[in-house]
Amino acid sequence: AGKSKVDDDVLDNLEEVLVTSDVGVNTTLKIIERIEERVARDKYLGTEELNLILREEIAGLLSETHHGEETEFQIDTTHKPYVVMVVGVNGVGKTTTIGKLAYQFKKQGLKVMLGAADTFRAAAIDQLQVWADRVDVPIIKQKMGSDPASVAYDTLSSAVSQEVDVVLIDTAGRLHNKVNLMNELGKVKRVMQKVVPGAPHDVLLVLDGSTGQNAFEQARQFTKATEVSSLAVTKLDGTAKGGVVIGISDQFQIPVKYIGVGEGLEDLQVFNKYEFVDSFFNTSS
Amino acid sequence: MFDSLSEKLDKALHVLKGHGQITEINVAETTKEVRRALLDADVNFKIAKEFTNRVKEKALGQNVLKTLQPGQLMVKIVKDELTELMGGDASGINLSGSPSVILMSGLQGSGKTTFSGKLANYLKKKKSKNPLLVACDVYRPAAIDQLHVVGDQIGVPVFSDRENQDPVSLAKAGVAHAKANGHNVVIIDTAGRLAVDEQMMTEIANIRDAVSPQETLFVVDSMTGQDAVNTAKAFNDVLDFDGVILTKLDGDTRGGAAISIKSVVNKPIKFIGTGEKMEAIDVFYPARMADRILGM
Ligand SMILES: Nc1nc2c(ncn2[C@@H]2O[C@H](COP(=O)(O)OP(=O)(O)OP(=O)(O)O)[C@@H](O)[C@H]2O)c(=O)[nH]1
Ligand SMILES: Nc1nc2c(ncn2[C@@H]2O[C@H](COP(=O)(O)OP(=O)(O)OP(=O)(O)O)[C@@H](O)[C@H]2O)c(=O)[nH]1
Ligand SMILES: [K+]
Ligand SMILES: [Mg+2]
Ligand SMILES: [Mg+2]
Repeated sequence: AGKSKVDDDVLDNLEEVLVTSDVGVNTTLKIIERIEERVARDKYLGTEELNLILREEIAGLLSETHHGEETEFQIDTTHKPYVVMVVGVNGVGKTTTIGKLAYQFKKQGLKVMLGAADTFRAAAIDQLQVWADRVDVPIIKQKMGSDPASVAYDTLSSAVSQEVDVVLIDTAGRLHNKVNLMNELGKVKRVMQKVVPGAPHDVLLVLDGSTGQNAFEQARQFTKATEVSSLAVTKLDGTAKGGVVIGISDQFQIPVKYIGVGEGLEDLQVFNKYEFVDSFFNTSS
Repeated sequence: MFDSLSEKLDKALHVLKGHGQITEINVAETTKEVRRALLDADVNFKIAKEFTNRVKEKALGQNVLKTLQPGQLMVKIVKDELTELMGGDASGINLSGSPSVILMSGLQGSGKTTFSGKLANYLKKKKSKNPLLVACDVYRPAAIDQLHVVGDQIGVPVFSDRENQDPVSLAKAGVAHAKANGHNVVIIDTAGRLAVDEQMMTEIANIRDAVSPQETLFVVDSMTGQDAVNTAKAFNDVLDFDGVILTKLDGDTRGGAAISIKSVVNKPIKFIGTGEKMEAIDVFYPARMADRILGM
């Protein structure tokens, strides 16, 4: 049975929505092909069904943490301290995300500590200090320009002796094509393992929600250097949709854990894939 | 994972050449590849469509089909069209005021504070100016400290007032300070803001009205995707800015946002940022950018 004109229009429109949400051509075509198959098989009736299928197909591409439906900020408490290393390119929101995460974990009654391993960017340590003061958690820091691996080492040592539950390590923003800086991250990671075997337990790659297809390369290179284990997408309080993470999550099998929706303490949410997909189709923003 | 445009074009043109009888359909096939490559480079969906339609018309108009090497001509048409689109009157930076006031604007983390330092350093070293940096970001944690560190690095004084939480009066005080102290350029660093944040957009419009800058610059991260058009348009609607700064081009992004922004606001791209260091600033070359977007 030939498809009606309406079907093609719907699919064209779908292509536009997905591409303008930064999903990227490859992933968009992948999604559209799957939809076409489903339409052919299930005899698509109306847009209601299409929307359901669409949500399912896109959600299927997003890799899952544990059960994939958490609403709470959770850590694996079998590790103490549980160490999170936060990485990403310049200006994406690493330091801010750490401040917000510290707030969430502290709220749960966990003992949190921050490590200021961005010793490079102007006033990076002061910035993290402001967050530490806001949330009222300890911060371990050295002078600007000191060795980030040494800061990480100090932080984990203090965390162990002070019986801290969660350690959040800030790192300097770096573009993924800078080999020396990427190698430095590997070193920071290795040094941590000397203090806490198995650390870091989570390597959180922060992606700016307004970034386009370059985020793929970021994910690839950071994963190579540090074995990224989860993603955070920031700045989704604007008009950007952050759709590139669908393809990234699919290709590298890394779950999206958090989304940033503002600059305040409480502006971090646990990622919900259905709300995320639905945001592409909210015409209001 | 993303083939460069030249590779893609080669592929498409190979298809085109492969046909004994070259038809209009082959051109359509080729422009489809151009469009796809532009999308992979983050050129906005609608703009990529318009662009490829124009290229198609040109290709047909210039009788690409009848030339011996349709591929090369096609690449040339695409490149020229891109270069022209991003070019225009790159009029440099307007320093006619006394003092000349330069206002930074843009999204969070785009590189405003860093670029403020770079521009001050550039104007000091290359144009023998005596700039003053003014700290008007009262929101971001340690934003004022950051600008002070940057100012110290390049030996440019920074005006700040930690007691004052009002960016508009801070900006005015900064300009007055510059006048009183013989600075002929004032660079005002502002907080990052989203275009949908009405209060913050009104604030920056008020700063602009209070200090009447010679140059209002929109600073944008070159890795920006499809949203570049929305943001650029919204900032331009509010500020009618004078030029665009593209940052973080030391990465490997194709930078298609440059085309989107230029198309939607038609303001010149004045400078690019190519690193975190204070010397990492360059003027914008449209032809180089076209090559980059095309992956050539
Ligand atoms: N609107 C909005 N702004 C955010 C969000 N997350 C971070 N920001 C802002 O983005 C800017 C950069 O955030 P940072 O946390 O400094 O980013 P970073 O990755 O640590 O930056 P570098 O250390 O310089 O690489 C700041 O102005 C933050 O307030 C978010 O979810 N929404
Ligand atoms: N690699 C690279 N990094 C850059 C460039 N320009 C800025 N950065 C980095 O990007 C990050 C954000 O830069 P900022 O100057 O703090 O950005 P901003 O727009 O002032 O940020 P907010 O004030 O939070 O809105 C910092 O880590 C800078 O060092 C550039 O051209 N290349
Ligand atoms: K949004
Ligand atoms: Mg940071
Ligand atoms: Mg700033």
